[in-house]
Amino acid sequence: MITLQKKEDIAQISERLKKEQRTLRFRRLKSNYGLLIGATIIILLIVLAIIGPLFTPYGPYGMKVLDRLLPPSADHWLGTDEFGRDLFTRIIYGARVSISIGLIVALLSSFLGLIIGVYATYYKILDHILMRICDGLIAIPGILLAIALMAALGASSFNVIVALTVVFTPNIARIVRSTALVVREQTYIEAMHAQGASNSRIIWLHIVPNTLSPLLVQATFVFAEAIISEAALSFLGAGIPAPEASWGNILQAGKLVIYKAWWMVVFPGVAIIISVLSLNLFGDGLRDYLDPRVKLKQKKS
Amino acid sequence: MRNETTANQPILEVISLEKKFPVYGSFGKWFGTKSYVNAVTDVSFRLYKGETYGLVGESGSGKSTTGRTILGLTPATSGQVLYEDKDLAKLTRNELRKFRKDIQFVFQDPFSSLNPRKRIGPILEEPLLIHKMGDQKQRQEQVFRILEIVGLQPEHYFRYPHEFSGGQRQRVGLARALIMNPKIIVCDEPVSALDVSIQSQILNILKELQKELQLTLLFITHDISVVRYISDRIGIMYLGTIVEEALTDDLFNEPLHPYTKALFSAVPDFTRNRLSERVILKGEIPSPLSPPSGCVFHTRCPYATDICKAEVPGLKEVRPNQRVACHLISAH
Amino acid sequence: MNSVPLLEVKNLKTHFHTERGRVTAVNGVSFTINKGEIIGIVGESGCGKSVMSQSIIRLLEHTDSIEYEGEVRFDNQELLSMPISQLRAIRGDEIAMIFQDPLSSLNPVYTIGNQIVEVLRQHQKISKKEAHKKAIEVLRATGIPSPEIRVNDYPHQLSGGMQQRAMIAMALSCEPKLLIADEPTTALDVTIQAQIIELIMELNRTMGMGVLFITHDLGVVSEICTSVKVMYLGQIVEDTTTERLFATPLHPYTQGLIKSIPRMDGNRHEKLHVIEGTVPSIADIPRGCSFSTRCPYADERCFNEEPLMEKVNAEHSVKCWNYAAINNLEGRA
Repeated sequence: MITLQKKEDIAQISERLKKEQRTLRFRRLKSNYGLLIGATIIILLIVLAIIGPLFTPYGPYGMKVLDRLLPPSADHWLGTDEFGRDLFTRIIYGARVSISIGLIVALLSSFLGLIIGVYATYYKILDHILMRICDGLIAIPGILLAIALMAALGASSFNVIVALTVVFTPNIARIVRSTALVVREQTYIEAMHAQGASNSRIIWLHIVPNTLSPLLVQATFVFAEAIISEAALSFLGAGIPAPEASWGNILQAGKLVIYKAWWMVVFPGVAIIISVLSLNLFGDGLRDYLDPRVKLKQKKS
Repeated sequence: MRNETTANQPILEVISLEKKFPVYGSFGKWFGTKSYVNAVTDVSFRLYKGETYGLVGESGSGKSTTGRTILGLTPATSGQVLYEDKDLAKLTRNELRKFRKDIQFVFQDPFSSLNPRKRIGPILEEPLLIHKMGDQKQRQEQVFRILEIVGLQPEHYFRYPHEFSGGQRQRVGLARALIMNPKIIVCDEPVSALDVSIQSQILNILKELQKELQLTLLFITHDISVVRYISDRIGIMYLGTIVEEALTDDLFNEPLHPYTKALFSAVPDFTRNRLSERVILKGEIPSPLSPPSGCVFHTRCPYATDICKAEVPGLKEVRPNQRVACHLISAH
Repeated sequence: MNSVPLLEVKNLKTHFHTERGRVTAVNGVSFTINKGEIIGIVGESGCGKSVMSQSIIRLLEHTDSIEYEGEVRFDNQELLSMPISQLRAIRGDEIAMIFQDPLSSLNPVYTIGNQIVEVLRQHQKISKKEAHKKAIEVLRATGIPSPEIRVNDYPHQLSGGMQQRAMIAMALSCEPKLLIADEPTTALDVTIQAQIIELIMELNRTMGMGVLFITHDLGVVSEICTSVKVMYLGQIVEDTTTERLFATPLHPYTQGLIKSIPRMDGNRHEKLHVIEGTVPSIADIPRGCSFSTRCPYADERCFNEEPLMEKVNAEHSVKCWNYAAINNLEGRA
């Protein structure tokens, strides 16, 4: 029915529209300062964590008792710690640990939370079982739960990831579930049922894509929270074990010498604040970007 | 022509359909008191090939639930739906597949009935994919053909639903129903969310396509003038039952049931003399949680007598092709 | 008849500032309402009829990106330039408004009685007891059965029709001079709609208030209004009495609208009339006549020059260059 010439037209139209949609998306991105600033800082932090060691002649573990607790200077930009290790180097190595733990926890708990949340909306019995478990986990304060888990599992990076994933998954599952419950009642899902689509098709091709945007936003917040929680665990001595650098255990060491060496607490603290703030900025911007209606509505009403 | 169609075998037959929704008291599912919303109490009608059957009622009359139950989107509490003489409840997997292909649905809300994250093309290809029909290229061609049929442009294939107006979305909804070459389309208030000038476009398309493709339509609506325009036969629903059923012209020339009369006269209509006499019903539709005894309409009926409170009137054929459920009207 | 109209709207314009620039939702609307009149405003969604009605009492003001032009005179007071505190005393007291969706316009945590009492006590110096008594009275006047009991009900305990009655009771509690009704029957079933229309007409007769009735339903307009203004893209395109509007519509848009409704006495087997195309977005209103993009009679002048509202006779005005030619043309055909 459609002639060849028309088909060529269609290819052109497709190209044109895709370009149009791309420029629109780009324009929306350009005006979203939160997203841009947040993303820039995070990328800078990550780059610094990766190539930072190139800038310092020191290693993270090499102790020099004579250089103990030196204040910031040209040799030691951020000073040294109680074992004479360069603080700048320690913080960069700490960034590697903190950011990668945060990222892994965010990814793992999003993935688990997505599966739990979506299947819970779809199968009643699963809903009762999974959501009661989640409720139970949420009932215990997150940091306490993490400490208890660490106590049971023993201190190591791997176990920090496990503990924090257990803490954050229920929150994500709840958010996914509440979104999916709304999506499930939409007419287009009913239309799929009327077409005879299978459950897994409806779940994976129609419900999941519609829960992704709140999930992504939440994942950035979990990322930020995981960094704080990891720092808190290490600060309490229940996180990353001692010789390895992490912002939390630098802080812990700094606590003991806080009157003699302010730089030991200020700089890791600043690192935590910058990374968490930029992640939150990024998350807020992402929410606006993914849901253009938020902005339009404000303008219209 | 009408008589020919009625002489045919029905393509779809609904026999004393009943649908109750359980409602739980304040103590929840396990401890609370359980009661039922009687959405559909007793509905029987036949759909003949090539006709448009209008199911009319106000909100809470059970017309939409009837449509959904016929499609199997929600199981019936009791009663049967026969498609080509086969009971829907007893279909095998393959037969059910065929049924899903043959009977399609157009929804009321053109905004929530399209997945906002998908382009129009994939939305329309989805049913073909579900039923594993054709390859990628054939599917795409089929979609372009359907887009043309419902009056959309090829470029709409690549657009997202939010870029469309209400009327265009409803065309997409129609295209999604048509793409499977169905025999029956159930339309649940397809034009009530649209402006009048757009509404007439959609009604024209529906009517044209029906003639061209030999479709059978079940048209569910609350809009009396729309149903008069589109239907060959009409069933009037009130509180879960059909109270009157007739050919469109007969029904509008002489409605028999007191509810039908009141309903027709309540329609605001600029063609009627402004000072003409109107029957304005007192009160409102009773709650389907506790429908009245006897005739469901007796609480608002100006002519109700004692028998109306006690006995449920059955649908009786009072004239050829006109059935009425009322104690006060007898065959002549 | 009173020589000073109750409400006089002169060249009202409402602009929104959006991220895409300034958008004009209401573009130069003028009309008057006299005491006891029911004026209908008809148009499709997006024609600006709701924004116009809300602009009259500046309900949209909380969004900072709005800008009004023109004049709205109510009872010899200029509403657009009035300080907002003074306007608040008029809102709800002398000008009342009812909306399309009664459930979302009533506060779910207060009984309807409480809500009426609150309106009353805001505008009149009366005791709580008196206000409560008056609330029962207005509820009775709007036909709510056993108002002594219903006054203590929460909105969700009432059915849709009863909620709309309660909304009307609330609006009427201070005996306003003007009632603005924005699609008050659209969410209701026809049999309930008939009851509410009857009620508004009766209250209009007994209380003598002016009513501005906004709807998209030409049928409803024909039942209730004394005169009608048809709106398209923020402008009034035709203005006449109800009888004349349906008997001799002059504007091509009005004609199209009336023809595209399936009529109760029409031929069922004929195709319905269709107005080609869709309503343009208010963000890009066509040059010249705003209806030119969809008008079957549009010529060059229509695309380039905007027509003025022209008085055809004492009770009929139309905004169209070619109305005379079109209607002669139709007479010949």
